[in-house]
Amino acid sequence: MRRSTPYLFLLPYVAIFATFTLVPAVYGIWISLHDWDYLLPGKPFVGLANYAALFDSASPVFDFFWQSMEATGIFTVASVPLLIVAPMGVALLLNRAFPGRTLFRAVYFAPYVLGVAVIGLLWRFLLDPNLGMVNSLLGTDIPWTTGLPWAWISLVGVTVWWTLGFNAVIYLAGLQDIPRDLYDAARVDGAGRWAEFRHVTIPGLRPVLTFVVINTILASANMFGQSYLITQGAPGVETRTAIMYIADEGLRSYRMGSAAAMSYFLTLGLLLVSVIVFRLFREKDK
Amino acid sequence: MTDNLTRRGLLGLGVGAGGAVLLGACGDDGPNPVVNGGGGDAQPAATSYSGPNVALTFWNGFTGGDGPVMKSLVEKFNAANPNIKVTMNVYEWADYYQKVPAAVSTGNGPDLGIMHVEQVATNAARGVVLPLDDVAASLQLKEEDFSPPVWRAGVYNSKRYAIPLDVHPQGMFYNKKVLQAAGLDPEKPPTTGDEYLAALDALKAKGIQGHWASPFPFTGVHQFESLTWQFGGQLFDDAASKPMFAEDAGVKALTWLVDLVKKGYSPKNVAQDADAIALQNGKAAFNWNGIWNINTLNGVKGLEWGVSALPQIGTQKAAWAGSHNFVQFKQKANDPNKLTAGKVFINFISQQSLEWAKGGQVPARKEVRESAEFKGLKEQSAIGTQIDDLHFPPSVPGIADAMATMDVAVNEAILLRKEPAKALADAAAKAGQILEQNKKKYG
Repeated sequence: MRRSTPYLFLLPYVAIFATFTLVPAVYGIWISLHDWDYLLPGKPFVGLANYAALFDSASPVFDFFWQSMEATGIFTVASVPLLIVAPMGVALLLNRAFPGRTLFRAVYFAPYVLGVAVIGLLWRFLLDPNLGMVNSLLGTDIPWTTGLPWAWISLVGVTVWWTLGFNAVIYLAGLQDIPRDLYDAARVDGAGRWAEFRHVTIPGLRPVLTFVVINTILASANMFGQSYLITQGAPGVETRTAIMYIADEGLRSYRMGSAAAMSYFLTLGLLLVSVIVFRLFREKDK
Repeated sequence: MTDNLTRRGLLGLGVGAGGAVLLGACGDDGPNPVVNGGGGDAQPAATSYSGPNVALTFWNGFTGGDGPVMKSLVEKFNAANPNIKVTMNVYEWADYYQKVPAAVSTGNGPDLGIMHVEQVATNAARGVVLPLDDVAASLQLKEEDFSPPVWRAGVYNSKRYAIPLDVHPQGMFYNKKVLQAAGLDPEKPPTTGDEYLAALDALKAKGIQGHWASPFPFTGVHQFESLTWQFGGQLFDDAASKPMFAEDAGVKALTWLVDLVKKGYSPKNVAQDADAIALQNGKAAFNWNGIWNINTLNGVKGLEWGVSALPQIGTQKAAWAGSHNFVQFKQKANDPNKLTAGKVFINFISQQSLEWAKGGQVPARKEVRESAEFKGLKEQSAIGTQIDDLHFPPSVPGIADAMATMDVAVNEAILLRKEPAKALADAAAKAGQILEQNKKKYG
């Protein structure tokens, strides 16, 4: 009985995890080996053909798939550093004592509360190249949603504005966990502001930082709503992200086998990136 | 699924033939053996229902001004048929087309729905919708009552799956005040390509960019399609097995649109909906938009606007149009009462198509279109004059996948990122591959 106790406690979670994550994930591999439309009676087995098509430049999915992977890559590389650094700055400011601190904490977090549909529509209108308020205030005619690189600037900017509060709150919690006496000790040793930040704050935040970096990378790589609503993938399919294309392929063209293969490819890539990030942060521990 | 319902058994119940026979044993004709029945010889479906009380769900994508009109028709039906209760749910069309097949496959699908003409074949092939030949028989509907292309599009593998409700063509909306400001007659909008360009020149001289060229499906791609047909081309060959939009007519059509931007008749980088909004706030004079725009413009206070047939830019008259169609969805458990009640509902609404027209549509039925009441709806009937020149997206399974590549080409060309011919050729190559794939998939 005693031996089984921990397993019994784990059981509810394992049951949910198995039902909603593990089984569908394995089923997804099975789907990716077929020409799969869930409503057609015939689902011919095609082996690894769906995967091979991703690397065959003559296949109908090749261009679109790699274009979408590139879009996801551009967005991730551009947004992740901003989403790691800017919220940290905000958190450091909001961690200091000043009048109205609670209000500002709420203000920075507020956009995150809004759904992607709300912020997407809002910014699509604000950023409209010919009728939008942003161009009207700036006195410019920048194609914020229909030209490059402007569409990327808009998407990254909107995403940073939207999700900055979330990372900031995580950092803030991390900052409050750093013992005050470490700062006192540093000051006794003659550390300045910068030295304090480098040698006390950053190491103190490391566990939080690992979470923030990985979580932000995964969230950025899964970007869908902003492109879908603000740019609709335009110009051409330049801002159509991998998730957007996979959804198109699987749910609109009903080629679920091909979509599943793409998903697995993307998942493997993200797993690899996550492992690398973990390693980087672990090595620093030594 | 129940297998114990036979055609004869259902007839014995007085339910009618055709679509009612869903899960019968005849599995040889058609790619999906699960759904069968119907056929041209179907008996008429019931036009009234006297069975026990039933509740029906009716899903559609009427999110605009058409939603309240359909809702009031549903209420009217519920009042007239106390033993049938229809509940209507509205989704965005894009969500709707993803949600419905999934709901149907899990047995939670609605009883009734609306589908665009180009979606019918896909959903028939995938076994989402049921044959409705019997409804057509009881409505005594024939091809000549409708716009023939719409009527034919409802047939897949020689069975009818859709009953047309309306056609929604593209028309030319214009802002009268803006035309006046440029010294143009607001009661005589341009009807030919030359007149149109002359009007755009006059507007340009006053600093007005008259026709905002949208790079998005609404409305840019529809304009491209209208123009392709005007230049005598086709989007696909008749069997929809080969893309033809990159041929001469398509290139001419797209070049014409791109030139609007290049010659300064349109601003660059027009975003989604900006073309329609520009007409409303007096920044543009013309907007080729769908007939649903009537309701939107009626809601804009102080706007003086009109609508006419599209000007003839190419060698012949032509305009893009879509069409809403009634469909009945496959259910896991087959309830003959519900099926009958659903057919009674379709029958009822189909006969109310003049009411529906007031919501900003052209009725699918010829007799309604030619009635004095419809002619009294000035805007609708102005667009309705194009009825013989309308072209619809082809109705073959999976066509939307191939048409999506065309959207990309129009987008790239109007945003001046690719030459029209090159953009179209690239898209056509991809569309050809997709059509090939679909042929294998749907047989």
